[in-house]
Amino acid sequence: MSSTTENHTARHNGIRTVGEPAIVRWLLTAVAMAFLALFLALPLAAVFSQAFEKGWQTYLAALKEPDTLAAVKLTLLTAAVAVPFNLAFGVVASWAIAKFSFPGKNLLITLIDLPFSVSPVISGLIYVLIFGRQGWLGPWLEAHDLKIIFAVPGIILATVFVTFPFIARELIPLMESQGKDEEEAAIVLGASGLQTFFRVTLPNIRWGIIYGVILCNARAMGEFGAVSVVSGHIRGMTNTVPLQVEILYNEYNYTAAFAVASLLALLALVTLVVKSVAEWNVRRQMKSQERG
Amino acid sequence: MGPMRVMKILKCTKSVLPGFGPTMGYTLLYLSLVVLIPLSALLLKAAGLSWGEFLGAVAAPRVLASYRVTFGAALAAAGINAVFGVLVAWVLVRYPFPGKRLVDALVDLPFALPTAVAGITLATVYSANGWVGRHLEPHGIKVAFTPLGIVVAMTFIGLPFVVRTVQPVIEELDAEIEEAAACLGASRWQTFRRVLFPLLAPSVLTGFALAFARGVGEYGSIIFIAGNMPMVSEITPLIIITKLEQYDYAGATAVATVMLVASFVMLLVINMLQKWSRRYAE
Amino acid sequence: MKMGKVTTLLAGLLATLGVATAASSAEITLLNVSYDPTRELYSDYNIAFAKYWQKKSGDRVTVKQSHGGAGKQARAVIDGLEADVVTLALAYDIDAIAEKGLIKPGWQKELPHNSSPYTSTIVFLVRKGNPKQVRNWDDLVKPGVSVITPNPKTSGGARWNYLAAWGFALHQKGGNEAKAREFVTKLFKNVPVLDSGARGSTNTFVQRGLGDVLLAWENEAFLAINELGPDKFEIVTPPESILAEPPVTVIDKVVDKRGTRKVAEEYLKYLYSDEGQKIAARHYYRPINAKIPTKLAKIKKFYTIDKDFGGWRSAQKIHFADGGVFDQIVGAGGRK
Repeated sequence: MSSTTENHTARHNGIRTVGEPAIVRWLLTAVAMAFLALFLALPLAAVFSQAFEKGWQTYLAALKEPDTLAAVKLTLLTAAVAVPFNLAFGVVASWAIAKFSFPGKNLLITLIDLPFSVSPVISGLIYVLIFGRQGWLGPWLEAHDLKIIFAVPGIILATVFVTFPFIARELIPLMESQGKDEEEAAIVLGASGLQTFFRVTLPNIRWGIIYGVILCNARAMGEFGAVSVVSGHIRGMTNTVPLQVEILYNEYNYTAAFAVASLLALLALVTLVVKSVAEWNVRRQMKSQERG
Repeated sequence: MGPMRVMKILKCTKSVLPGFGPTMGYTLLYLSLVVLIPLSALLLKAAGLSWGEFLGAVAAPRVLASYRVTFGAALAAAGINAVFGVLVAWVLVRYPFPGKRLVDALVDLPFALPTAVAGITLATVYSANGWVGRHLEPHGIKVAFTPLGIVVAMTFIGLPFVVRTVQPVIEELDAEIEEAAACLGASRWQTFRRVLFPLLAPSVLTGFALAFARGVGEYGSIIFIAGNMPMVSEITPLIIITKLEQYDYAGATAVATVMLVASFVMLLVINMLQKWSRRYAE
Repeated sequence: MKMGKVTTLLAGLLATLGVATAASSAEITLLNVSYDPTRELYSDYNIAFAKYWQKKSGDRVTVKQSHGGAGKQARAVIDGLEADVVTLALAYDIDAIAEKGLIKPGWQKELPHNSSPYTSTIVFLVRKGNPKQVRNWDDLVKPGVSVITPNPKTSGGARWNYLAAWGFALHQKGGNEAKAREFVTKLFKNVPVLDSGARGSTNTFVQRGLGDVLLAWENEAFLAINELGPDKFEIVTPPESILAEPPVTVIDKVVDKRGTRKVAEEYLKYLYSDEGQKIAARHYYRPINAKIPTKLAKIKKFYTIDKDFGGWRSAQKIHFADGGVFDQIVGAGGRK
């Protein structure tokens, strides 16, 4: 506890007595930037350059197309359902895992990680095997006229699966590194479990949560493979933004395809810039509190 | 060490914190509903095959070649990311430079960009008539439509995993340790190698594992840049799709099972290694 | 007591809603699950059919479309995608749906001409001026000619490409199965990339500038030229090719459940009308009604799947199944 506080103070005051010589810093920065340019910035630039190839008018027209708007709506809906589900899970699971010791913890963490590594192709397929006409629940669903796959619920399920670990994965190490001394002190002083969580733990993991939500959201909106398997590709109904991009591209409508794709890229950039600005504000706040 | 550990375990289980039961219950329930039950559907479908059929599906020469391509490329990509990801994280945390916040945001691009768009874009940039490919082609380096293209795509999608796992750890590094090392006469490189790297290693390992696992499963971005030639640049997820195209659900799930088990074992080993190294560091 | 009242109220409300929807049932939606190259065709045809149907019956019909690789689409229907009609690239994929009991056996006899209201064939798209002088199938196996085709394992169109080449070799003087195999092996040695679908291949050929020849559906080749520049590409129609018959059918189980059988059947029948045939011709499909004018070049000799390959089931098993001829060709190709 004390060491982290000192560390924070040291960082916030900008004290750094050791470091690399300027030339090394410069070189490392240059190499890192070159790498990022090659793998991230260039592809990003390519997206925007193709999106605006035919000017603003075409760009806006592409975004206003009804099928595209329907896709945007569906994507927003999917993320709005999937992210809160995984948020609740992430917070609860990280409490159970980080604050307590129990056998099989590694196994549990690994199982939570698993959707990261499951091929999107497979993550779609498993829902087909369960909810499809030939699947476990297929006949029952059909008898009750309920539609899961090739409809919105299936798309949401696949998205929940794919983004499942993001928030938990962000919070578990964070809460583990923070330990449980503060919470234990609160309990000993008579706070209830929920009070402890909301007053002590939550403020500590706030940034982890925001960060996890942003990543989870970005991935939820961008998922292609798994959703493609369960979507059914009905135009204006079960196409999400990434699927719409593929459709447009396959119609040789490259400009529109990249215009719609650029929406997702923009979303990523904007949310992340907002996040770092907010983070910066909070740090400043903390600093002024420390001084005051 | 022995008695200390026993003490520690005792101390942990007798936690004064409440809520273990309900939170663990919810965790297991949700995990089962979303991940375990659906995945067991996969395993059960594959279990419908006899051993001979199973082996026939997962060990055909074409499938074996796809494992080589997939796991090899994923390993290479995760390796590249482990090196450059740490470098990027280090630079982002330690060095001030203009536009840093934007660059920081950029790192998450691969999470947000739909994989199909990523694939198309990478193919655009790295094919013989693309921005980068144009300059590589004269030197005889072909990226798009070769196994190298697969590595590029996997590097792209795996990068944030390494940067985002290593970054917070670098942020938390205690400056005192470095100062102490410097005071004791260590050079900067020695400090990094002997003092900092062991502290970073667990997170680098995690990032590597996640990038690797993600690369192995990736489909959407790779098919656009891989060339998809059987035996040469065909990835395992494509084999699964191919089997599905022939209505061979059982064969597809058999190959999927192999991939799933490989990823699971890999992640489990890494998580254990990490725990072990953390204990060792303590 | 109170709960009871609320329930009655709700029930009443639902009943009124039910009546309301029943009364306005003149709004009909159909789902047509199709393969990739028919996007433009059906977006035109659906409008024409809606007009026709409203005039005839007074009902407003909206046809929703779903497009994708033929195999993937058939699988979606098998797994529960509620398609009223399917319009796919190969009878094989529709047979797969029929096998699961969703379509009555003998579906291909329900409509004229093997239930294929239009046909198509495989042609070559080459770069402007035809620099490699590709005129016929045997030009494709020449050294230095780079051929783009999708993967026959994942693309229905690519299976037609493959079989067209096979059929060509089979029909040459002294042609036999062994010679055909040798020919196709040589052909695939000239293929640098196998995309998973037809449109992926077109994009590779056009956008990436890869390859000298693209093997494509005739209508796809024309579409690519119109969309991407007549100044850059031209079409070579080989003197012989394969006759592709993309069939259409109603999904019996779905239309009976949804009560859409009548309009779904009419939807498919209208494809055979003069108007339907004209729309098909406009989108570079070959109309089966000889009276409908078409700008497409004559092909001297057509091979057919039934005569030359013993039907789809046998072709699929021999050539495209795991371990089949195609696998052997690319595996034994020793490509490095």
